Amino acid sequence: MPELLKMEKIGASYGSVQVLRDVSLELGSGEVLCLLGRNGAGKTTLLKTIMGLVRAISGSILLDGMELTRLPPHEVPRHGVAYVPQGRRLFAELTVAENIEIGLMTRQKGSETREAVLDLFPVLRERLGQRSGTLSGGEQQMLAMARALATEPKVLLLDEPTEGLMPSAIAKIRETVAALRAHGVSTLLVEQRVDAVLPVADRVLFIENGRSVRTIGVAELRADPAMVRHYVGVG
Amino acid sequence: MAFGPHLLLALLEGLVSSAVLALTALGLSLVFGVMRIVNVAHGEFFMLGAVFAWWFSSMIAGSPALGFLLALVLAPLVVGAIALVAERLVLRRLEYDPEATIVATIGMLYIFEQLALMFYGPEARAVPAPFDFRVTLPWFGYSGYKLAVIAASVLVMLATWYVLTRTRIGLVMRATQYDRETAQAFGIPVGRVYAGVFALGAMLAALAAVLIVPIQQAHYLMGTDPLLLSFIVVIIGGLGSLRGTVLAAVLIGLTEGIVAVFFSPTLAKMLATLFVALVLVFRPQGLFGQAPR
Repeated sequence: MPELLKMEKIGASYGSVQVLRDVSLELGSGEVLCLLGRNGAGKTTLLKTIMGLVRAISGSILLDGMELTRLPPHEVPRHGVAYVPQGRRLFAELTVAENIEIGLMTRQKGSETREAVLDLFPVLRERLGQRSGTLSGGEQQMLAMARALATEPKVLLLDEPTEGLMPSAIAKIRETVAALRAHGVSTLLVEQRVDAVLPVADRVLFIENGRSVRTIGVAELRADPAMVRHYVGVG
Repeated sequence: MAFGPHLLLALLEGLVSSAVLALTALGLSLVFGVMRIVNVAHGEFFMLGAVFAWWFSSMIAGSPALGFLLALVLAPLVVGAIALVAERLVLRRLEYDPEATIVATIGMLYIFEQLALMFYGPEARAVPAPFDFRVTLPWFGYSGYKLAVIAASVLVMLATWYVLTRTRIGLVMRATQYDRETAQAFGIPVGRVYAGVFALGAMLAALAAVLIVPIQQAHYLMGTDPLLLSFIVVIIGGLGSLRGTVLAAVLIGLTEGIVAVFFSPTLAKMLATLFVALVLVFRPQGLFGQAPR
């Protein structure tokens, strides 16, 4: 599998507190790589560093061979990295249609992309004029994904997309990730719960105390569940 | 004059103050809404607008209309450019920190004031009105120019509302206002949006000042009152609410007009301050602001 996103020995810090140390990862084209780790292990910071929202102090991030770490934050999404932040972070006062419009504007996509995204989440089509802050949790998550997909990304970063959702909504998100994978979109997925990951991921990367400690295939992980307990602390 | 016509006159005067105040307060409200910056120097952009209006209009002697038109176009542009430089040199370097920018804009207030004193001087100077058509009412004649000021203000408000709610630039501004970090993750150059909004806010104040100089003279200390009243309007109307800003400006402007005509201007200021106190106690988010969720 040709690698699309390559992260080499990335270090990042908030002020004087170093959060990431020498994190390396490779994401193949059309692959779903899941980041697993305890709370505070640095998973969210890792995604923010890719987006340029947290500055890398060392190392490099290459997208298709292009250096991302020197770009100002607003340039990163224009090169094809889309971000679904933890807690969704919708523009709550804006309507559903306006949220999608902001996604479309990122890489100057038109009505064709908009239709494709709405076909993926038909429930949003019925709510285009509604203020996005008034949607249900599951609908908000779908909108956050729709907004990101409206950029037609090469790489999608998903930060705990199933957090706090009902089982039916979780199933829908999982289905979508699988469908995107079938379309060749590479996904970096942050999750806390391993059972939400196994059905959709190709490989799993364990993060511990801001370091990337181990990458393994999903089949291997299924065979050895003890590993999850060791790195994540829960079954 | 009988009571009725007297009241009508007070209402008209109040509407003129409202019109100018609404534009000035709108600029302050936009800057606070999008950038979360309390711009204490906002009144100085108003003052600079008036001073440049005098300067541009006095360049064309003999034709008040042409001179005024020149001022109307150029004064806001020059003030916008000054604001842009101030934003790049000062606010950006402070990373828009809410407290630091208050101190910084206080500093800007004094710098602009003293520069105006040095180069423009302590005199109060009038700009001739572009036309002196008078509307004849049965009881008194009223300045056609003042009515034009009200109309111009309404037009600019409508244009601002249209840009904010119906255009892509407005959408980008609102997205930046609600979530700066996420806006960046969707390709919005937040730094450039901030610069543009700060310049736009200053231009609205300058435009209001150009409209008022044929009525009230340009002076280097004239920024204080509009600043205080704009804060009052923005607090009463609710921060970031366009509708609230306009309605509060009309409320404060009319109160000022009526109370100042029948009683005294000091009482008008006292009432405005009392309104603010009441709003802060009973409805801290302002009449039309939304409480944080």
